Parts: sequence; C-alpha cells; structure tokens
Amino acid sequence: MALDDKKNGEFKVVGTRPNRPDGVDKVTGRARFGADVSAPGMLHAAIVRSPHAHAKILKIDTSRAMASKDVKAVVTRADFAEGLEGDDLNVLENVMAGEKALYDGHAVAAVAATSPLAARDAAKLIDVTYEILPHVTDVDKAMAKDAPVIREGAADKSVPPGLHPNVVRYHESGHGDVEEGFAQADLVIEDSFVTEAAHQGYIEPHACLAQLDADGKGEVWCCTQGHFNVQKICAKLVGTDASQIRVTASEIGGGFGGKTAVFIEPVALALSRKTNRPVKLVMSRAEVFRATGPTASTSMDIKIGMTSDGKITAGQGTFRLQGGAFPGAPMEFTAMCAFAPYNLENVFQVGYDVMSNRPKQAAYRAPGSPMAAFAVESVIDELCSQLGLDPIEVRLMNASKEGTKASYGPRFDRIGLVETLEAAKAHPHYSAPLAEGLGRGVSCGFWFNHGGETAVTLALSEDGTAALSVGTPDIGGSRASMCQMVAEELGIPYEKIRTTVADTATLGYNEVSHGSRVTYASGLAAINASRDAVEKLCGRAAAKWGIDPEAVYWDSGYAKPSGPNAGDFEPLALADITKNMGATGGPIVGHFEATPEGAGVSFATHIVDARVDKETGKTSVERYTVVQDAGKAIHPTYVEGQYQGGAAQGIGWALNEEYIYGEDGRLQNANFLDYRIPVASDLPMIDTVIVEVPNPGHPYGVRGVGETSICPPLAAIANAVSGAAGVRLKQLPMSPPRILEALDVQANG
Amino acid sequence: MSMIHVSTTINGDEAEFLCDPRETLLDVLRDKLALTGAKEGCGTGDCGACSVTVDGRLVCSCLVLGAEAQGKSITTVEGIAEGESLHPLQEKFIEYAALQCGICTPGILVATKALLEKNPDPTETEVRYWLAGNLCRCTGYDKIIRAVMDTAADLRKAS
Amino acid sequence: MVEVNLWSGLRTHAGGNLKVDVEATNIGEMLAQLAQTHPGLAPFIEAGVSVAVDGRIIANDLTEPIYPDTEIYLIQQLKGG
Repeated sequence: MALDDKKNGEFKVVGTRPNRPDGVDKVTGRARFGADVSAPGMLHAAIVRSPHAHAKILKIDTSRAMASKDVKAVVTRADFAEGLEGDDLNVLENVMAGEKALYDGHAVAAVAATSPLAARDAAKLIDVTYEILPHVTDVDKAMAKDAPVIREGAADKSVPPGLHPNVVRYHESGHGDVEEGFAQADLVIEDSFVTEAAHQGYIEPHACLAQLDADGKGEVWCCTQGHFNVQKICAKLVGTDASQIRVTASEIGGGFGGKTAVFIEPVALALSRKTNRPVKLVMSRAEVFRATGPTASTSMDIKIGMTSDGKITAGQGTFRLQGGAFPGAPMEFTAMCAFAPYNLENVFQVGYDVMSNRPKQAAYRAPGSPMAAFAVESVIDELCSQLGLDPIEVRLMNASKEGTKASYGPRFDRIGLVETLEAAKAHPHYSAPLAEGLGRGVSCGFWFNHGGETAVTLALSEDGTAALSVGTPDIGGSRASMCQMVAEELGIPYEKIRTTVADTATLGYNEVSHGSRVTYASGLAAINASRDAVEKLCGRAAAKWGIDPEAVYWDSGYAKPSGPNAGDFEPLALADITKNMGATGGPIVGHFEATPEGAGVSFATHIVDARVDKETGKTSVERYTVVQDAGKAIHPTYVEGQYQGGAAQGIGWALNEEYIYGEDGRLQNANFLDYRIPVASDLPMIDTVIVEVPNPGHPYGVRGVGETSICPPLAAIANAVSGAAGVRLKQLPMSPPRILEALDVQANG
Repeated sequence: MSMIHVSTTINGDEAEFLCDPRETLLDVLRDKLALTGAKEGCGTGDCGACSVTVDGRLVCSCLVLGAEAQGKSITTVEGIAEGESLHPLQEKFIEYAALQCGICTPGILVATKALLEKNPDPTETEVRYWLAGNLCRCTGYDKIIRAVMDTAADLRKAS
Repeated sequence: MVEVNLWSGLRTHAGGNLKVDVEATNIGEMLAQLAQTHPGLAPFIEAGVSVAVDGRIIANDLTEPIYPDTEIYLIQQLKGG
C-alpha cells in the first residue's frame, strides 16, 4: 500500500464531484431515519427523568401508571444486568440511574404504552421519591475543597494525592524547561480562559425501535454513529450475547460525536423483553439537551513567552474539564492538542478530568481540541498584537513540520500545517483591506484523526456491477466517496457501484464513525477489498487463458495479459468474467478486515472578519475562509461541506451556544430557541481552500477532514472581536451580554 | 379521550383520519398517514424540519393540530416531485451537495419552494432570512443558499 | 532493547523515569514488558494507551513491529467525534 500506487493526475473518479447515491432518497423524504420506522404491534416508550441535579432515589411507585389499560410495562434499574464493572457500569448508570440521580434529566424509569401520548401521560404518573443532595455544576467549584462528592472512589491511579474526589483523572506531558524558556522571552503573557459546554445540536433526536425476545434474541433499528458499539453495549446492559442482537443503523440526522454514545436502545430492549412487543423510543429535544452528551466545559490557564521577532520560547497550559457525572472529559486531548501546531523547545501541559452534576459529556468533533485552541491561539494573537507582528508570519516561523518534536511527544510524520498557513497568507481574504469597524482574526487548529477496526465486503454481480457493504454509518455523504474509490480500483463507472451501510450480522466489527475515520479507514478498506476482488478476477482470467495468474494484470476495468510472454489474449472486461463466475469458481467477493493504523494528523488555518455592534454587543461574522489539509480530497464538494459545517459549528460555540444551569442545578435552556445554533441569516458564505499534503498512511493520501474544521473558529473569532472592539474576550460564548460587560469594564475599569 | 374525525387533502390525495385533540399535524402525518418525510427536530417550532404548507402557507406542522387540517390542502416533501421527475430544487440540492445528513432537507425544500413561489428573484439576504427558521447543523448553509439562488435563476430563465 | 518514552504524568508510576528500556519486538510485547517491569504502569496500559512509532500513532494494533532504533512514545488513547 505505497502512496505512489496512484500518482497525482492519474485518478479518473477520485477528485471528481458526482451526485451522492442516496441523494434522491434524501430530497424526496423517503430516506428512513431513526424515528421513521414502525413495526406491527409496536408500543411507544417514554422515560421518567430526574428533575434534580443530585438526589438519592428513595422509592419508585409505578402503581398509578400501571393502573392504566394503555400501559404495558415499566422498567427501572432492576430490569437491567447486574454485576457490571468499570466502563460498562458507567454506561448502565447513565442509561438508567441506580441509587442516585446524578444530573437534571438523568433517567430513573421508563414506561411502554400503546401510543406516544399514552406513554407520555403514564410517565407523569410514576411517582419517584427523592432525597435531594447538594450539587455542583461548575468545574472550578467541583474541584474546590467543600464541593459535594459525586461518587467516592471514582478517581483512577493517575490522580496525584490531595485532590478532591471529583478529580478523577490527571494528565501531564511536555518537554524541555518552560521556566528557562520564559526567561528567554521578551514578552510573556499569562491569562485564564473559560468555555461553556456546547451541544452537538444534531437536528435528529435519538430514536430507536427494538425487539427483545425471552430467548435473548433481539433486533434494534436506531440512529447511531456506530451500530456495532450499540450491539456490544446493549448485550451487556440487558444481559444477552452480542451476536444475538442484530443492530441496523438507520439514516442518521447528524451526530458530530454525540451519537457515538448509547442512551435509549437498552431501555427499549428492556421494555420489549417485558412486554414481548416491539418498542419505539424517541427522545424529545428537551431530553436531547438534558440527557445526552454535550461537551465538557473548561477553565484554562495559559502562559506563553515570545521573543520580539516572534519566536515562541515556551508554552504552558493547565486545562480543567468538567465532563458531567462520570469520568471521561477529554482533558488529555485538550492538553495534547493545545500546542501541537508549534515547534516548541519548552512546553508543559496539565489536564484535570472533573466530575460534576451534569450529563456525561460525549465527543463533539475533535473532542477537547477547540477549547485548547481558543485559549492558546488567543494568547498568541495577543503576543503578536503587543509585539507588532503579523499573526500568520509568527505562526509560520513557529509551525510544526515533518520531523518536529510534537508538544505531545513523538516526531511528526508528513504534515501540512505550513502549507495551510502559506495558502492562507496568499488568499485574497488575508490581503483584502479591512473596512472600518471590522476586526480580522486568524487561528490554527489541530486534530489527531483515527483509524480503528474496519471490515467491508465487495460483492460483484453477474452483470459486472458491484455492491460494497460498509459498517460505518454514512453521516455526511461517505457512500459517494466509497463508490468513487471502488470505481477507481475496479475501473467501472461510479454509477455501477452501490454502497450499503450493512447491519451487525453482515460484517465483522466496525468501530463507530468517529475520529474523522470513515473516508480514511472504510475508504482504505474499500480500496483493499477492491484489490482483493481484482486479484480474484485476474485469477479467473488466467484460468480461462490457461496462464499463470501472475501474468495477468488489471487495467481500467479489464484483465489483460501482462506482456508478450504471457500470451496474446483479448482483454476480458469485468462483466465478461462475472457473467459466468458461478461456473468458474463461484461468487467473487473482495474482503478487507483490519485495523488501519496510519490516519495521519490534520491541521487547519482559518481567517475571519467580524464586526461588533458596541450598542448591542452583537458580533456578526462578515467573511470567513477555511484552509485545511485533506491529504487527498476524494469528493471535494463534501470535503468543502465538512470545512463549512465545522466552521459554522465553531461560530455558534464562539458566539451563542452554551449550557446555562440555574442555582438549582437544572438546565435553563433545553430548547433550540434558547440554545441558539447559527441560522442561515447569521452566517456569510464560507470560503474554503483544500490543501493536499498526502497522508503516507493511505493508498491515495487521504486524511480525515471531519473534525479539524471546528478547532480554529473559537479563537479566530475571539481574535477578530479583539481587533474590532478593542477588548479581548476570555470566556465563551462571546454573547452580547459578555461583550457589553467587557466593553463596560474597558471604559469604566 | 374521544377522537376527532378529520377529512383533508394531502399532496392532492384525499385523506381521512381520527386523531386525539392533542395530536399535532406532524404526529398525524408521521404516525397515522405514514408520511415520515416531515421530521420532528424540536416539537416547538424552532427547527423547521417539519415544514409543510397548509393551503399554500408555510407552517411548522408541529405547531398545527391535526384537527386543524379539516378541509385544508396540505403539501409535504413527498408532494414536491412530479411523478418520476424531481422538482428543480431537489435536483439542485443533490448537485450542490446542499445536504450532508439530510434530516433538515425535507423542511428546507418545502420552505424554499414556498419562497420561490412568492418571490422568484430573491436576494441572498432574502433567502437567508426566509430560511432562518430552518436549522441545518451540517452544512453551514453555504451550499444550500447557492443551490436555492441557482434554482431561482434557472426557473426565471425557464419561465 | 527498545527505549519507550512515557508521558510525564506516568513518571511517578515508573519509578521517576521518563524513559524505560524494555526487550520487545512489537507493541504487544513492549506493553506487556512495561507492565511487568513497572507494575505501576499496568493500570494505565490496561485502561488503554496509544503508541507513536516513529511519529505514526498506533491506536490499537499490538502486532506493529518495533526495532532498537524506533522512536516510541506512549500517548493517551485516542478517540474522536
């Protein structure tokens, strides 16, 4: 699998922009999402949720609910597996509370009834008696001495002695001597930053339809980023064998990391087992906000030293992440990503994973990285501004490149940060005159990307067409890029290939669609499965010609003898070989099952122009440019889409989006009116530049593109706001009240 | 609770159903009539994924009661294409990749079709404000706006 | 022998060392040796680590070969959104 398998310019299908294969289904309303299916005899479920941030569950009385003839079953924690440990126990605790409700919205019981309305009514008739406990939802308060303890003994061995029991994991990394580095600097800036929790904000609430029989055999239909993970977790939580549960992934209405976690499927299965009927469970929007997995909120301290000509002499960061009532806030990624764009001799970073009475955080597009970029890139911008230096030149001077010792330890392989910075510098946006009242911000961003367990099959049909089965849900057009890669390898038209997201009974285990891994890993798998099929096709041609299989090669859809010595045979088209494959050795199927380990890290540079209305505090984004390294763009339009979508989500996080908890520990804004994601009139067109620095770990050079695009916007906008309004915002979101407050402090001290 | 009998027209076809007085038009479309093209993203009129037209007027079907459909003419995303031919907006959305996950697409198509019927020559700003009630979390709206503007230009040329 | 670089948070669990030498020819052997020679590291290895091998981040594959001159860094296990 050398990179030079395909030289630039040799691609016929890769790099073109065909229509997506599922386009017609999606524009006609036919595509079936999580909540779009029904089953004969189906019941509807509703979940009873804690109204308290922290409370002991004393009693659950279901008698009033069960008195209704429409109500068929109620489940509580007693209806799930016992004896689970570690992460499995944490998932179960989150899916259904045990002795304590740990956050506002925590599931405590569920009911199945004959209609959605009957289920909702019945949920109100389940009487739960609570003993309310003191709660904490803020990260710094949760670490303080007097903070209520969420769960004793939750900390792992990484945590140094003397910290509050809510600190459950600790990270420390870096190299060099930061004190020495700061001593070499002409200017050192030290500052603190805060980001509030944001939600992925996928428009489709979690939904599933599940059946579980008394003999332990089950079926689940659900919207998820990873149905194999749903299978694994459901089997553990309801106490059956993984292979006995077949999970089919529906079309998925957005995930962005939030649908890598499991919330409702085990509940529907437990209700189905109790009623012997299929059960449909659909979350409301309020439930999505209160009880799925938003991001961590953060509190961060950054210190960076720079010489007067722009060399960064040292960087230091402390990152405290609140990740809800369970361990897992991605503070190690925050720490490791923070300084990754820069070649630093002296760097040191510390991370704290802190529990609080909030829902368990889940991944959100480059989990942990955007917050780090906000803090670090804000300080770098401030240094540039105080030293009178150009922000792109300074970043170029310090940029990581191949061979640089990364802030998280190892040396970088081939990477494309310098190329994104050069492209940003050359972009007309960067040199465009800045109108009165506008500020311009720049930021870099970094994400690791991921490979992961992957299995695909490619079945050839008699008529010379091909069916690819993948196990990674298509979250943004990946079926198109899969078809393109197979078309490239087989040498048949794009339209002759159909890609299906297969269920858990059809393929080997596939890790969830996360870590920007789908086009990289399932793509690599599709390419290799195609090559496997091609080898078999060549074998059939060789057998027909009576020559050695080695003497046959594949070229643009034809098996050909490899040279004069091989013999003089008319090339055989793919369809010529498949039409009688049943009689020449049986079905031809290409396979690939492996864990590709060469995802290749990714960098981006964003430029933004913003205006701040000093009367209202409202910030408007007037021009936005994303420059990102894609390695190789298989379908450039969908790559642009990932860049634009990440930027838009970052803009929302920067300016509006936040979880607001009241003194009572209850979420105050669990709806799209009060948790305001960007709407069409909030945004400008988002310009994109696709840089292609090939990833040595993929046959075509692909790097994941999905996540990195959300890393730079938070800081880029903060830097633009600083330029436009003359105040630096150190807390996200930069909502109008915060901007007005900052302006007021600046004016009146 | 006693059910209400409703006669209505949906995508040109006559339809009858019984509904609970609390059920929304969206509930009825999805659960009683198996028209699952309209999506429930919020249930509070904030996301627009359930957009349909009632007697030509664009509404969030989650904010309309099923009983209110009595005697009305309703169009959903399932009624946009004519026979085998997709509506030009549908064609353009595919061509421009104006959708990633596709959950908001039905509502956005219904909304933009209503816009172009009202205003065949909208500015970019007009399109953006018209669609401000339709949330898309995947695309950043860029390709949606371009697809709508280009469709509008094509339709003007054709008429 | 291969030299394994730890993240500094692991130092206190590896007898104060930031680098540990072990006898191994692939990642699986390397991790097993680490856990055996430095039992303080065992819980972290059990919880899951990624390994950077000459700059390539190996998230899962224990069969990845390593050589005496290979640059090896343990890093915390990678996931994504």
